[in-house]
Amino acid sequence: MEQGKIYLSPEHEVVRDNDKCIRCQVCERQCANKVHSYDADIDKMLACDENCVNCQRCVSLCPTHALKIRRCENRFRENNNWNETKIRELYLQANSGGVMLGAMGTPLDYPTYWDHMLINASQVTNPSIDPLREPMETRTFLGKKNQKPERDANGKIITKFKSPQIELDVPVMFSAMSYGSISYNAHESLARAATELGTCYNTGEGGLHEDFYKYGPNTIVQVASGRFGVHGDYLMAGAAIEIKMGQGAKPGIGGHLPGRKVGPDVSRTRMIPEGSDAISPAPHHDIYSIEDLRQLVYSLKEATAYTKPVIVKISAVHNVAAIASGIARSGADIIAIDGFKGGTGAAPSRIRDNVGIPIEVALAAVDARLREEGIRDNVSVVIGGSIHSSSDVVKAIALGADAVYIGTASLLALGCHLCRSCHLNKCNWGIATQEPDLVKRLNPDWGYKRLVNLVSAWKHEIMEMMGGMGINSIEALRGNHLMLRGVGLNEKELELLGIKHAGENI
Amino acid sequence: MRRVFVNEEWCLGCHLCEYHCANANMGGVTAQDMVRNLRGKKIHPRIRVEDGADGGKINFAVQCRHCYDPMCVKSCIAGALTVEDGVVTHNPDKCVGCFTCVLTCPYGCVMPDGDGKVVQKCELCLRNKVGAPACAEHCPNRAIVYEERGTL
Amino acid sequence: MAKKFVIIGNSAAAVGAVEGLRAVDKDWEIVIISDEPYHTYGRPLISYLLFGKTDEERIKFRPDEFYSANGVTAMLGCTVTQIDAAAKTVSWSKDDYTGSLQYDKLLVSTGSVPFVPPMNGLETVPLKTPFMKLDDAKFLQEHVKADTRVFIIGAGLIGLKCAEGISKLTKNITVCDLAPRILPSILEDELAKIMQNWIEQNGVKFMLGDTADKFDGNKAVMKSGAVVEFDVLVLAVGVRPNVALIKDAGGDVNKGIVTDQFCRTSLKDVYAAGDCTESFDITSEQAKILALLPNAYAQGYAAGRNAAGLEDKPYDSAMPMNAIGFWGKHILSAGSYIGEKHEVFGDDGSYRLICRDAGLLKGFILIGGNDIHDHSVLDRAGIYTNLIKDKTPLDTVDFESIKDRASLKGFAADARKKKLAGVER
Repeated sequence: MEQGKIYLSPEHEVVRDNDKCIRCQVCERQCANKVHSYDADIDKMLACDENCVNCQRCVSLCPTHALKIRRCENRFRENNNWNETKIRELYLQANSGGVMLGAMGTPLDYPTYWDHMLINASQVTNPSIDPLREPMETRTFLGKKNQKPERDANGKIITKFKSPQIELDVPVMFSAMSYGSISYNAHESLARAATELGTCYNTGEGGLHEDFYKYGPNTIVQVASGRFGVHGDYLMAGAAIEIKMGQGAKPGIGGHLPGRKVGPDVSRTRMIPEGSDAISPAPHHDIYSIEDLRQLVYSLKEATAYTKPVIVKISAVHNVAAIASGIARSGADIIAIDGFKGGTGAAPSRIRDNVGIPIEVALAAVDARLREEGIRDNVSVVIGGSIHSSSDVVKAIALGADAVYIGTASLLALGCHLCRSCHLNKCNWGIATQEPDLVKRLNPDWGYKRLVNLVSAWKHEIMEMMGGMGINSIEALRGNHLMLRGVGLNEKELELLGIKHAGENI
Repeated sequence: MRRVFVNEEWCLGCHLCEYHCANANMGGVTAQDMVRNLRGKKIHPRIRVEDGADGGKINFAVQCRHCYDPMCVKSCIAGALTVEDGVVTHNPDKCVGCFTCVLTCPYGCVMPDGDGKVVQKCELCLRNKVGAPACAEHCPNRAIVYEERGTL
Repeated sequence: MAKKFVIIGNSAAAVGAVEGLRAVDKDWEIVIISDEPYHTYGRPLISYLLFGKTDEERIKFRPDEFYSANGVTAMLGCTVTQIDAAAKTVSWSKDDYTGSLQYDKLLVSTGSVPFVPPMNGLETVPLKTPFMKLDDAKFLQEHVKADTRVFIIGAGLIGLKCAEGISKLTKNITVCDLAPRILPSILEDELAKIMQNWIEQNGVKFMLGDTADKFDGNKAVMKSGAVVEFDVLVLAVGVRPNVALIKDAGGDVNKGIVTDQFCRTSLKDVYAAGDCTESFDITSEQAKILALLPNAYAQGYAAGRNAAGLEDKPYDSAMPMNAIGFWGKHILSAGSYIGEKHEVFGDDGSYRLICRDAGLLKGFILIGGNDIHDHSVLDRAGIYTNLIKDKTPLDTVDFESIKDRASLKGFAADARKKKLAGVER
């Protein structure tokens, strides 16, 4: 219900240095938002600022560096209570009557606990390890571990896992992002990179495109509340099956892929009619309890002859530890926890920005709870939602994680400039779009290499940091809270994270 | 020998290659050179982008393929076109601008230069300051690549 | 002992033969015999030499080291007087010397000779020249001054290129032709008129449908009765293939020397290439004299390669093909103008004709506009040329998209891929 118009100044303005501009019109050809245009009469490039989402495509491609995008300097009267964003969003809602939508993780200034934890290193009394000269194991296995050592008939210790596992060469996986929310070429990049890196990517709720079955051993196939694209071959195709109960960016609500993104390929992959909205309900309508969850876990295990580990993914919410305890008892092999800063292709802004808890405290709480209850080895724990760097990975493992998911970081590697406009289907970088002329802007031949580069670089850094601590395997780092110290954290935060403050001895 | 290959599947039709080509062949290397060389001028690149093939969906860039059996060289009346280490090379000093090469190049990649008095063609930037094909170097989507692709 | 390949002639066909043979063989001995005393030069460049666009150094068709680098013995200034195909020898003379050469394979690339119809009193003209060779250009350089009246007989390609060449030396040029239009063998009436206007704007006077009947010193009396006074006479009526050596040796000669697809004459181990031969025009499917440099080079190249014993590369893609230009206005044409015509007269003085017949592109004429810096009409003409040459079926090409502007986007995706990303060329 639109009620008149209200003038809002553009959020961004295009600043063009006309002394540098050579009128090549590359900006015009590359902007899907139709910001730039050439006016032959005055021989000048013009800009429609109100269309700009600040994705930096034009800035990046301008061959003479004549462009920059600036925050519009026009401001409402200064007010620390009613700030610019709040007023602007209020106006927009008064105008449209609609829910505010946003994409990617929350841009708000919540604390990032990773940045308040410091990593230990060896000095004198214990040797550090040089990963270039000595063995350093970054391989890890995800899944239910054998509860106690057992011996075979000859008295030899059985080293084989009794439950199916995911084997990772590096404890970094690519988070669930559906084909539909991201493009075919983005998916191909992720799939090829995961294969080369010896890790996994995740289909998200979009099903698995027929071209990508060949990457199955490095694919985690997701089953979510809409059950889109789920069938027997799909479940058998992957290295593991993930039941998505929640997503960090939008805990408690479902998903919505607009019909305009459901083209022939997406339609076939999701098994829904072309052009129809793909709506994932907020809950799984068959899951109202841990017992119900157990039924789905075992249905999936049954369907795949107990050959695939089952992951249950939840968002980090207030009572996450208790929920995780339930999941660990449900028969699931792996728990994935998504922090509230995690990304999304589209979410109501209010939910994204206000619901959930930080992943660092969620992880510490879950790890502590599972240990207390003696069921930590029932499951592996994977976390995601704001892993920015290799040091975040090391801190997460020391805090109790078996591996991490990276979503936003992987998209950045593919060229994403975090304009947070995924929901508009006009991604100028060819990632979050289904428009063929935009999709082809992401050439997977180099996209996958950039992902491989990123994770390989992180792997090197992880080995360096582990070596510094005198630790030579992921297993020896996992849950090793002594390797972390807090800075600038209060008693409660330190207690919840289970770490000491910098300067405290053991 | 390394050559330039174009994969139209990845060409975005951004035309950056044309501007980098024009700049490189006017002696430019940097963005500042490009401003000085191209601002306010009509460009005469040796690579050209064709837009809108196959019902508008496909774009691709075309420049000299450096044929093993180059028709332009074989038909040049002035001996201005030669093959130097596999690179079809043009000597504007010898060229008289008869355009026989324009008439014979199967790719349409030998063309009159900006003045229209002699021809010009891609020489893989081997004789300008860039030193390797500027088009491939600056292609934002690796649609233009400079690489070895086996022998015939 | 190394086998010997003897080439009579020193122009495009001869150079093609050297390069064709050397592409497959390093051992053969090669001898070039030419009556001209010069290093190989681009014959069509003599008008550009006069015009100042090239000079005696830059006019060289190949670098100075061409003969030595290719192991060629160049006998320059030697006139071949006879071929003895049975004995496999050629006889030659130079000044007072004579000699003979044994060959294993022989290439005759003797080009063409000026054709001068009988005209009364021609012998009374003190300064006259054909316009075929470097010496002819030098003659004009020597004798044409600012006020020299030049009278050119023949408004064909040679006569007009001569006019353009000397136009910087003198402004007093008259061209006559018995035909009612200029470039009679190349252009139809309307197009000839376009070019005539253009050339007239550049200061050349024409007398068409008229030619000299008789001469008296520096005066010509025309068939129409008009009298033309001149200082220098250029005879550019036409040329004929130079077939004498082959004819005398008993080889088959039609209008030009008859050769097969491997450029062999009817005489054993004797090849012929260039303007002295007849070629089979693939567009009209007729034997024709195609006195064109690219054709000469290609024939020579094939002959050289085949002479080395390969005989694997037939030369089977000859067709008429012309790139000519006068004072910046260019004509690019190829093939035959038969079948369905697509014709566009541009507002800028340009012209475009594309002919197709039986599902194939058969010929085209492109004439540049009056802005001599804008050659957009000519753009990428080679794409058309190769459609004709390759006999590409037009139903595999989007003809509509290329008929007004040559491009590759009209080709099918797989054909484009082969052209742009493939290695087969």
